[in-house]
Amino acid sequence: MPDAIDRAIINMLQDGFPIAERPFREAGAALGLDESALIERIGDLIAGGQLSRFGPMYNAERMGGAFCLAAMAVPAERFEEVASLVNAHPEVAHNYQRAHALNMWFVVGAERSEDIDTVLTKIKTETGLEVYAFPKLEEFFIGLRVSV
Amino acid sequence: MTHRLDSIDRAIVKETAPGLPLVAEPYTALAEKVGTDSADIMRRMERMLAEGIIRRIGAVPNHYALGLSHNAMTVWDVADEEIARLGAEIGALEFVTHCYHRPRHLPLWPYNLFAMVHGRSQGEIDTKIDAIAGRLGAACHGHDVLVSTRILKKTGLRLAG
Repeated sequence: MPDAIDRAIINMLQDGFPIAERPFREAGAALGLDESALIERIGDLIAGGQLSRFGPMYNAERMGGAFCLAAMAVPAERFEEVASLVNAHPEVAHNYQRAHALNMWFVVGAERSEDIDTVLTKIKTETGLEVYAFPKLEEFFIGLRVSV
Repeated sequence: MTHRLDSIDRAIVKETAPGLPLVAEPYTALAEKVGTDSADIMRRMERMLAEGIIRRIGAVPNHYALGLSHNAMTVWDVADEEIARLGAEIGALEFVTHCYHRPRHLPLWPYNLFAMVHGRSQGEIDTKIDAIAGRLGAACHGHDVLVSTRILKKTGLRLAG
């Protein structure tokens, strides 16, 4: 289990990390840790699985990709057939069955936003079912901040 | 909004995919791999941060290892004139991720705010959902919890080349 210093590191590093020649020295100073001790602690937290990653987190859409959440109301007797048709598209990344009238939810990722519309239209034609698009109109996500 | 990345930006993205090097001068280590100097790396990363290409630099806690074993995708029907203010408020809650304003599809789908709630138990999730409902107050006309019953496909999202 992480000790008090580890917990302070996890909490602080969720708020950001300096861009500087010796960033671990700067970040460590705020915690009362020297540079090498902080580097070692972060390495141990990753090796121990308490941290899943340390570094820059990229926003894929801002890098030029396009993504869209979509959903369908699939009749129970056609569910497996429709899942196969939807999953056959390489642009379909995630697909989940969910307990709702809209019971199939998937994410389409492509290089251009026009390609998203093309994929959704193809799925609609292939299945004969309506495909509801749920594009992000606004993002409020700031990030999960876990106080440990 | 699409920002073009040049070949050095792309090399930075690729080299930092596993994370930032755990050495005293990580940006210098990165510069050596990419074939530039640390000042150029830092300038580029500052720019990508400012443009939102990099959300932030830091640590991603492993939710499961830290005890956050439960989550629920919650969806809310929030008055349109209040969605910007209330969405920002809900997105800022420390137990919420993936908080987005999305379109309604009436009559099938009245919900316009999506928020993933994380917690240490189902009881904690329920308490947090109640807390969101309390914050939204009269501006919220209904909500649902979208329970995932099966993963049908899970592959990585493809990035533009």
